[in-house]
Amino acid sequence: MTSIPQRDAYDVVVIGAGPAGLAAAALTAGAGLATLLVDENMGPGGQVWRAITTTPVKEKRLLGDDYWAGQRLVDDVRASGAEILQRATVWSLDRTLEVGLSIDGGARLVRAKRIILATGALERPFPIPGWTLPGVMTAGAAQTMLKSSGLLPQGRVVVAGQGPLLWLLSAQILRMGGMIDLVLDTADRRNRLRALPHLPPFLTSPYFFKGLAMMREVRARTQVVGGVTSLAARGSGRVEALAYEAGGRRSEIPVDVLLLHQGVVPNVNLAMAAGVRHRWDDVQLCWVPELDERGESSVAGIHVAGDGAGIGGASVAVHRGRIAARAVIEALKPEAGLALADHATLASELARAERGRAFLDVLFQPARQFRIPADETVVCRCEEVTARDIRESVALGATGPNQLKAYRRTGMGPCQGRLCGLTVTELMAEARGRTPAEIGYYRLRAPVKPITLAELASLPKGEDATKAVVRG
Amino acid sequence: MFKRIEEDRRRAVEIFVEGQSVTAREGDTVAAALLASGLDVRRSTAVSGAPRLPYCMMGVCFDCLVTIDGMGNRQGCLVPVREGMRIEIQKGKREIGR
Repeated sequence: MTSIPQRDAYDVVVIGAGPAGLAAAALTAGAGLATLLVDENMGPGGQVWRAITTTPVKEKRLLGDDYWAGQRLVDDVRASGAEILQRATVWSLDRTLEVGLSIDGGARLVRAKRIILATGALERPFPIPGWTLPGVMTAGAAQTMLKSSGLLPQGRVVVAGQGPLLWLLSAQILRMGGMIDLVLDTADRRNRLRALPHLPPFLTSPYFFKGLAMMREVRARTQVVGGVTSLAARGSGRVEALAYEAGGRRSEIPVDVLLLHQGVVPNVNLAMAAGVRHRWDDVQLCWVPELDERGESSVAGIHVAGDGAGIGGASVAVHRGRIAARAVIEALKPEAGLALADHATLASELARAERGRAFLDVLFQPARQFRIPADETVVCRCEEVTARDIRESVALGATGPNQLKAYRRTGMGPCQGRLCGLTVTELMAEARGRTPAEIGYYRLRAPVKPITLAELASLPKGEDATKAVVRG
Repeated sequence: MFKRIEEDRRRAVEIFVEGQSVTAREGDTVAAALLASGLDVRRSTAVSGAPRLPYCMMGVCFDCLVTIDGMGNRQGCLVPVREGMRIEIQKGKREIGR
């Protein structure tokens, strides 16, 4: 591992060291291509294998086999000759395949012949009343602390929402001796019928038994309430209570830590800022990049792999990483490509890994009221803009997320729309009677992560650049 | 809000939160160390001054913004603790010059 890039130019820059990025970088570097793997975290693994090389949770059964499966990919990439740069934030990527990154307060630009974007997923916004109160966090946040620091939530803990991660986190907390007072399942029961046509492949996928076992494990040790149709966190200065409705009955319980989760969506900011064309996915209810079968995007030379290409989970991400890497190797060093599994083999492995996903996608579509909130709910956490503010702006003539910035500054805070963008699109689409695809998304631009002027000024500059701004 | 598991054998790292000594562990992020400290580490927002704590812990939400060794607006969830690190809870906007 290095602390600054060793070169100005690489054959391949892989962005993100989760499942897709690790798999891709190991292949391209193994094929002899000069490969830089950059990642924002302290160590490799992405979110799913977070802190795999450093976790204090050593007993294997606590985090489970799927977690430890990441070790082999980390070993592979470390043996591959890829240059690995941790704690490096990529803030820019453009059509010329120049990457702007920042490490420890210093900025650098590196060029690449090919880019593999493996920026993964982030948790879908879960805008309920009170979701900005201290003590309300995502399930993923709690899992990150559990994996990287062995921290367990304390006090009265409630987990609310739906999807595989919700059950996995609950099981992990309980296995490690943590307490959960209540699990509130918001899965929309009407989805079951709609998901039925996708059931057969799901029943023969690994998801089926793993999922059942995990849900049984959680139900045996804590109270689970299903069919939850509304959630509202309350408190003064921090979360103190959670009001919910299930089967037409309203309840309120005291809570110190509320963990929310309703699935994950692609982290598209960098790809969009680079000009990659995206489309609205009507099933996953999010933006996904338009890609060819080898993961190449609408911008020549930029490939997207992993959950950033559409949610598929860790094992799908690994396969997509390999497919993208193979395409890159074929383009830059065809003779090395001959030694690899051919595209048809990789594609059939991917199809096998994707089996069962279609069922989960429909089953776990979040209900409307958890995606398009009522008026008083904060939508944009950074600029503290409510759903009412947005609906009023639409009434005044705001047509889409970009115009809304001028009305309300939504998406213009430091998170750059990551926590409000999907809500804004769907909310405006509903208010205007249009589809999300017609409404569109924020126009994203570099820098996609905030950097200081000092960091920009620290960029190495040539004579031409200096002459361009110095007078006399 | 959070407690450490007993089997955590990582080396202790001393940091200072508003001048007060806090024992973190090697490999903790600043945000995790703050949440485990038992102290009131709520920041206040730049817009309304509302109290906040970290929400996503993965570099996305910016609710963990904190002043580290005199530099404001750092994402506490992405910065590892270092021996002797000085942390101030950010109230409102980042101040000019830090």
